[in-house]
Amino acid sequence: MLIPHPILGPRDAQEFVYLGDAALIDRPDGMTAGVEEFHDYLYQRDNPAGVHRELWYHEQGDRSWLVVTRDTVTHEILGAELARDVARARGRSK
Amino acid sequence: MAEHGLKPLCALGEAAPKAVTIGPVTITERADVALASLAPRRGREDEVRAKAAGIGLPLPGPAAAQAGAPLGAVWLTPEIWLVEAPFDSHEDILGHLKPVFGDAASITEQTDAWVRLDVTGRDLPRLFERLCNVDLAEVPDGFATRTVIEHLGVTLIRRSAGEVTLYGPRSSAGSLLHALEVAAVSAF
Repeated sequence: MLIPHPILGPRDAQEFVYLGDAALIDRPDGMTAGVEEFHDYLYQRDNPAGVHRELWYHEQGDRSWLVVTRDTVTHEILGAELARDVARARGRSK
Repeated sequence: MAEHGLKPLCALGEAAPKAVTIGPVTITERADVALASLAPRRGREDEVRAKAAGIGLPLPGPAAAQAGAPLGAVWLTPEIWLVEAPFDSHEDILGHLKPVFGDAASITEQTDAWVRLDVTGRDLPRLFERLCNVDLAEVPDGFATRTVIEHLGVTLIRRSAGEVTLYGPRSSAGSLLHALEVAAVSAF
């Protein structure tokens, strides 16, 4: 499987480490969110048969985190973005 | 300076840098390069570029390395470069770079973190196709990437068709050399 790295072009999936659902970027605010919200953030995952956005880490490459959009049924990869850009677009600054 | 009887050793454990020739390929340990990583602080990238240009430090784009005199650089990841300089003149590489960049960039000395092996000779793609994912025959001169050689994360730079630079983890220098030797014996 090839991951279309947004900067480096197609790279072998073996160079990457898979983390999971890209919703992990949306961590609740630790000062205001309740325990229920944190429980859901930690333990609740959707498991769709179809398009899924997920975090991949280019460990054996430039060590960037990517948000990869993948169809879990066909394994077709529909796109990849730098997780940094995704997080900043959502107002996360770090 | 205190008197002591200690002797500096190269990454491969000998007093002088090692060189091995197998068939048409020579693997040379390089102990004469000082290294530092340079990471512009967020929002100050343009300032860092201007200051780098002022001291003749190239900051190449993604997947590229650029040699220079005396300073060269290798792109590692967005907003981080590995700066190369001659060890003789830049042993204290931070002392050269920090006054230039001030707090516009984070700079960390890397000299003793890596082993540098220069691989020279002909038919290098025959060697590296046994070792890593990089299609050495296809990539252009000046191409730089991190890749895996025998489980070791290694930065590979194609300087020219007949010259490749590897930066591998210094503590695994012997294993990296062994991997290269085994592949070279197999290839040639």
